[in-house]
Parts: sequence; C-alpha cells; structure tokens
Amino acid sequence: MNEIIKKEEIASGIFRLEVKSPVIAEKRRPGQFVVLRISETGERIPLTIVDSDSRAGSISLIFQAVGKTTQALALLEEGDAILDLAGPLGKPTKLAHFGRVVAVGGGLGLAPLYPIAKALKEQGNSIVSIIGARTQELLVLVDEMRAISDELHIATDDGSLGHHGFVTEVLAELLKNNEKFDLAVAIGPAPMMKAASQITKPYDLRTIVSLNSIMVDGTGMCGGCRVEVAGETKFTCVDGPEFDGHQVNFDLLIQRLNLYRNQETEAKERHSEASCKISPESKK
Amino acid sequence: MSKRKKIPQQPMPERPARERIKDFDEVPLGYTVEMARLEASRCLQCKEPKCREGCPVEIDIPAFIKEITEGDFAAAARILKEANCLPAICGRVCPQEDQCEAACILKNRGEPVAIGYLERFAADWEREKGNISVAKKALSKGKKVAVVGSGPAGLACAGDLAKMGYEVTIFEALHEPGGVLVYGIPEFRLPKAIVAAEVEYLKRLGVEIRPNWIIGKTATVDELLEEFDAVFLGTGAGLPHFLGIPGENLAGVYSANEYLTRSNLMKAYLFPKYDTPIVRSKRAAVIGGGNVALDAARTALRLGAKVTLVYRRSRKEMPAREEEIRHGEEEGIEFIFLAAPVEMLGDEKGQVRALRSVRMKLGEPDESGRRRPIPIPDSQFKIEADTVIVAIGSRPHPLVPQTTSGLKIGEEGTIVVDEKTGATSKEGVFAGGDIVTGAATVIEAMGAARRAAKAIDEYLSKK
Ligand SMILES: Cc1cc2nc3c(=O)[nH]c(=O)nc-3n(C[C@H](O)[C@H](O)[C@H](O)COP(=O)(O)OP(=O)(O)OC[C@H]3O[C@@H](n4cnc5c(N)ncnc54)[C@H](O)[C@@H]3O)c2cc1C
Ligand SMILES: Cc1cc2nc3c(=O)[nH]c(=O)nc-3n(C[C@H](O)[C@H](O)[C@H](O)COP(=O)(O)OP(=O)(O)OC[C@H]3O[C@@H](n4cnc5c(N)ncnc54)[C@H](O)[C@@H]3O)c2cc1C
Ligand code: SF4
Ligand code: SF4
Ligand code: FES
Repeated sequence: MNEIIKKEEIASGIFRLEVKSPVIAEKRRPGQFVVLRISETGERIPLTIVDSDSRAGSISLIFQAVGKTTQALALLEEGDAILDLAGPLGKPTKLAHFGRVVAVGGGLGLAPLYPIAKALKEQGNSIVSIIGARTQELLVLVDEMRAISDELHIATDDGSLGHHGFVTEVLAELLKNNEKFDLAVAIGPAPMMKAASQITKPYDLRTIVSLNSIMVDGTGMCGGCRVEVAGETKFTCVDGPEFDGHQVNFDLLIQRLNLYRNQETEAKERHSEASCKISPESKK
Repeated sequence: MSKRKKIPQQPMPERPARERIKDFDEVPLGYTVEMARLEASRCLQCKEPKCREGCPVEIDIPAFIKEITEGDFAAAARILKEANCLPAICGRVCPQEDQCEAACILKNRGEPVAIGYLERFAADWEREKGNISVAKKALSKGKKVAVVGSGPAGLACAGDLAKMGYEVTIFEALHEPGGVLVYGIPEFRLPKAIVAAEVEYLKRLGVEIRPNWIIGKTATVDELLEEFDAVFLGTGAGLPHFLGIPGENLAGVYSANEYLTRSNLMKAYLFPKYDTPIVRSKRAAVIGGGNVALDAARTALRLGAKVTLVYRRSRKEMPAREEEIRHGEEEGIEFIFLAAPVEMLGDEKGQVRALRSVRMKLGEPDESGRRRPIPIPDSQFKIEADTVIVAIGSRPHPLVPQTTSGLKIGEEGTIVVDEKTGATSKEGVFAGGDIVTGAATVIEAMGAARRAAKAIDEYLSKK
C-alpha cells in the first residue's frame, strides 16, 4: 500500500512522486489534497494531489524539500511506501464554464494550480497562465501548464527566465492593458496570494485562492487550520482549501503560519542529513 | 459486619504532585494485591446491589468484587469482561462518583466501595500477567459489518460482533485507532499501552482495522453498504466549539482538541524526538470546566507553563471529575471561577498575549439545572497568557451526516436513532456513542454500542 512507483527530481530540490493508492486515485477531484505521515515519529503534512492515473491506480504529489518532513520524504526511493496516506481531503474545486480564466501560480503554488487549471480547461474555459518562481531552476510544471494554456506568461524574481519580477506584476500589467477575464485563480505563498487579490479587487475580478494553513488532522477535528474569510472563522481543511481571495484575512494567515518557525528550524537541523540549500519561498 | 464498617476506603497510591508534573507518566499507581483484597472485603455483597443500577453497562459488581476478596483475580476480570470489554480503561476514566459508586449503599454511611479502583486492579492484573484469554468466537456467520470510527463505541461494537461470528472491518479517519482514548485523554491519565492492548485483543478476535479511511471522503456510507451487510457509525463528537470572541484566531490560541491531539496522538510532548511541534508556553490560560479543560491544563503544566483555568461558574458546578479537579489543584493550576472571557489580546506580530475576562455571578438555575452565570458590569480584568486553550465542548462531526443519504439528523447535528437498538432512519445503518448523544462518556458510548451490536445481530439474522 502507498508504494512510491516513480520518483523524479523535477527541479532543484523539488520532487514529483507517483504513489500507488487506487482508492484515492479514483475518488479525488481537482482541488483536493492528501495528508501523509512517513514514520512512527513523523508529523502529518498536507500535499495537493497534482494528478491521478486511475488505470495505474496512482496519484502524483509535488513537493519542495523545505523542512524536516519534506526532506525525509525526499529520501524515500521507488519501492518504498508512505506509512500513512489519507484522502482525498478538502472541497473539490467548483468547476464550470466561466469564459476566460487567468491562472496565476508562484513557486510550489503551481502544484495546486495545475490540476485546477487543467480541470477548468476541460470545462471549455480559455486559460491565460502566469507562472513563476524565484529563479528558472525552481520553476516546475512548465510543459504541463503550457499544454493546457491558451496563453502562457513566465516570470522569475531574478530575471533568469521570462519577465524579470513577480507573477503579480504580469497580472497587473495584463489588467491595466484592458485584458478581460471572468475568473482569476491565484495560488502561491500567502504574500503572493494577498498581492494578487489586491490587484484584481479594483477590477471586480473574482479571485480564487488556495490556502496553505498549518494542519494536523485535515478532517475538521482540531481547528488548527482555521482562517478568517469575510470576518467568519473557517476551517481550511473542510471548508476550503479554496476561498474567495477578496474575503480572506491574509495577514492573519501569515501570522499563524509563523507560529512554529523556531521549533521547525530545530527539528530540521536534527533531521538534515539531506543537504538542502533551498529555503522556503518568501516573496514580498 | 461491625468489623467491616471500621475499614476505611483504601486510598489510591499516587505519585507526589511535585514529581509527577515533570513527566507524562500515570499519576495513580494502582492498588497492591493486599489493598485490593482489603478494599474488596468492605463490600456488603448486597442481595439487591444498588451499585449495579448505577453502572450504564450493569457490571455484576458484587460478583467481581467477591472474586477479588477470594484472590481469584482472573475470575474477577472474566466477570468484568462479560459486561465491559474495556475494564482497564473504564476503571480509570469512568465518572464512578456519579455512577456505580454514587449508588453504593455504603455511600450513605460514609465512603462507598472503591469500585472503579477495583475494576482497574483486576483488569491490570490480567493484562500484566499477559495471558488474556481470547473469548470463544461463534461460528462464522458469513456476513460482513463495517464499523466507522474506532473510539470506545466502535471498539465495543466491533468486539461484540466479532465474537458473534461476523466479519468486522473498522474504518478510522486517523492513523491510529482509539478515538478520544488516543487523541484526547493524556498519557498521565490513560496510558496508551492499555488502549493498544485492547486494540490488539480485537485484532486477535479477527477484526480488521483500516486506518486513514475518512468515511464521507475516501468512501461514503452508501458505498460501504454495497460491500457490507450492515454499518455501525461511531464517529464521535470531535468538532470543537470556539467562543466567537475577538482575537480567537491569534497565533497561540488552540482548541483543546488541537492542543491535546498534538501532545497525545502526535506525541509533541516528546518533541524533537517526535516531529510535531507544540508551543512551550510560559503562561497558559485554559477556558472551560470539564475533563477536557483539565486534561489540557495539566498537559500545559507538564509542558512547562504556569497555568490558569478560567471557568464561568463555581467549583461546585464544574463538570470535570472530582479526582481530576483535585489533581489539578495539587499540581498548582490556578483556578479562576465565575469569570468568562470576552476578548483575546495580541501583540503586533499577531501572537496572543492576554485574555480579557469579565466576572460573573450565579443567577437562577437554567435548563441543565445549574445556576446560570450572569456577567457583573464593569468587572473586566486581564490574564497574561502566551497560549490560550479553548475547551468549551464539541459537536458531532458533520462529515458522515452530510454525505449519507436518508440519515435523519437531530438539531445539534446528532444522528437520530431508536434508543433501544441504535437503528438510524436508514436501513442497515446503526449508530451509537457521542455521535448520537453529543459529548458524553466512555462507558455510555460503549453501552450504546453493545446494544447496537445486539440489534445488528437480530437484524442480520432475519435478513
Ligand atoms: C492544502 C494544502 C496543500 C499543500 N500542497 C502542497 C504541495 O502540493 N506541495 C508542497 O510542497 N507543499 C504543499 N503544502 C505545504 C506543505 O504542507 C508544507 O510545505 C509542509 O507541511 C512542510 O513540512 P516540512 O516539515 O517539510 O517543513 P516545516 O519544517 O514544517 O517547515 C518549513 C518551512 O515552511 C513553512 N511552512 C510550514 N508549513 C507550511 C505550510 N502549510 N505552508 C507554507 N509554509 C509552511 C515553515 O514556516 C517553515 O519556514 C500544502 C499545504 C496545504 C495546507
Ligand atoms: C480530552 C477528553 C477527556 C475526556 N475524559 C473523559 C473521562 O475522563 N471519562 C469519560 O467517561 N469520558 C471522557 N471523555 C469523553 C469520552 O472520551 C467520549 O464520550 C467517548 O470517547 C465517545 O466515544 P465515541 O466512540 O462515541 O467517539 P470518539 O472517541 O470520539 O471516537 C470517534 C472516532 O471516529 C473517528 N471518525 C470520525 N469521523 C470519521 C469518519 N468520517 N470516518 C472514519 N472515522 C471517523 C474519529 O477519528 C475517532 O477516532 C473525554 C473526552 C475528551 C475529548
Ligand atoms: S464501568 Fe464504570 S460505572 Fe460501571 S462499574 Fe465500572 S467504573 Fe462503575
Ligand atoms: S452497593 Fe456497594 S456494598 Fe452493595 S454490593 Fe454494591 S458495591 Fe457492594
Ligand atoms: S487540520 Fe484540523 S481542523 Fe483542519
């Protein structure tokens, strides 16, 4: 059960795993995620289901080795099994024909963005994608995104590929040039989603974001993943992870994400035999 | 007889408070053989034992106590197991003072027989001797039952059905079976090895356990019914209530469920040996007055915090067990009674720093029969705290009710059943425990589950 049938390093320090799980592969819908644990002493972490292959009975996960759990996950090889894998969790994306959709993805946000954009394309929407990362080597899923996009823009913080700057700058530019969209989907680090939502607000462009709160169970039992949306408390794992970006209190989300920083550094230092030069995304 | 009356109730040996707050090991140490036999000898062996009526599963209390008096502890354990498949657990966590012991005839004359301590003794003796006999199973009935949730309700129902000869599969959302017994109640009150032994026993009975199955997500109840002949729902009341006051989403504010899950299930108290972090706070404030609040408070204390517990009524109305309140007091928890939080205050980084509360006075009794707390005007005060734990109760988990067709749901989100059988409005589906009653007790959940097991057997025998 939960055997890793394929493992690939798709960018520097970023891995893609195909994991055998016929039930989850059959059940999952775009927008959903799994919670996994890889050892008896391990923690539970959420990862988006990027894709599934119902014939092979497998799901794909993409993650960056940033901390203790993701680094340990990166050490597993083909043939190894993931100890605990639970899902599919969260509400699936609401799919419909909206018209023209702008899909904005930053860093590892492309992992949750891709399945949503792909499903929206299958619904007959036309997709304009803006994808980016800090640098070219960290950019993932370019071919996959290209295959489902009618128009693709790339941005890198250091200018190594495409626009020199943030994906949100490209978004602002398109909107200023009077490009018309019926929906925006913006997924990435919290500050990026906050910026994207601020940019689309004056245009009244509905903007879906997918929140990456800290989770424990992922089933609605602890409230650790709670966020504020339109002034109301919501649980990301059962009410989300997708919410209306114009209603999310991003500052609160960012504050709550920082809660365990010191302890995570400690745990990571103890765990890091695996050398990992990549620090987590932090875009302003 | 007269001699008997002179024997006082044998006190439970406990680790001294100063020592026990440094670790998560169990606080009460258990009776020795001599203490158990002496305590058992206090029982009058009543012809019409009132104690039995006080026990939700009607254990034959005088009979098991008699075996202890006579030194046949294996026989005592066997009698317990006939009515209660989790005696080592109930002996520890049952609110005995409100149940069997409240009804004991000796209570009128002073102290009741310490039935719970004796139950724990016999069950521990059997487990420690390591020769737990596996109950005889009936011939296979060739029928399959799915049990959803592995808390006390699910475990009890699965055990009974397996013994009757059904093929039982338990589906559990978390990675470990046990429900509240593993994620909620802390090690110092209920060692997890005991729960593991009970789960092991079920496996020996042939019960299959599938962790990481979230019914409603991984599969629905309707799908289970395609494969199984009947389904029992024991999904508990795990959805935490929050107060809905300003500042409740600040970093450092936890539901008791999250705090206890991190510490118990994920073993954050052993961080960094275990990966899951928990904030090691300097000052923790816990809101609530039940067992959950005390468990959270005593956990925070062991994680190094100075702890204040804020409860809106007085000590007398606290729903927590008397023993737990006393343990908390001994361990140095500061109790602030007749106070209710109105706001949580944070710093510029969004980290909670203090709890603002208002003083209360008690008015007329409400529906629960307890006097209703009323805020006193202009009585606000502040408690400094870098961790706040909200322990004001929980509701039934909505996932199964939301995803199952034709299931009648009550006002509080509970599943509506026939009280005698646990049958729901959906054919072949039964339910019991906290999902039916709202947050209650281990023994009540087990009692309901065992009635449902019997009803499932009747239902399937006719089918
Ligand atoms: C619904 C959901 C879907 C997700 N999907 C993916 C995915 O497809 N791929 C992927 O790589 N990650 C995804 N994440 C984030 C992923 O769960 C975290 O990166 C992971 O928990 C980090 O664990 P760690 O032990 O390796 O790092 P830690 O040691 O826990 O943390 C390393 C660093 O990351 C920060 N961090 C911790 N948790 C999170 C979080 N939830 N989000 C953002 N930063 C965090 C910490 O503050 C720290 O600086 C998702 C999160 C959610 C809630
Ligand atoms: C901290 C705390 C302390 C307590 N102390 C005491 C005490 O001292 N004495 C006492 O008698 N009682 C105590 N209680 C109450 C007692 O634990 C509960 O009444 C009892 O556990 C209820 O049993 P249950 O089987 O109905 O539910 P639970 O024990 O809640 O078990 C339900 C199980 O179902 C699983 N589940 C939920 N939804 C799904 C799903 N969709 N699919 C699959 N699985 C699912 C859950 O993960 C869980 O494992 C305490 C409760 C808490 C929280
Ligand atoms: S199960 Fe609980 S109520 Fe019944 S005898 Fe044992 S301790 Fe008393
Ligand atoms: S009521 Fe008390 S004294 Fe009588 S049988 Fe029960 S435990 Fe013994
Ligand atoms: S992760 Fe526990 S409620 Fe969402």
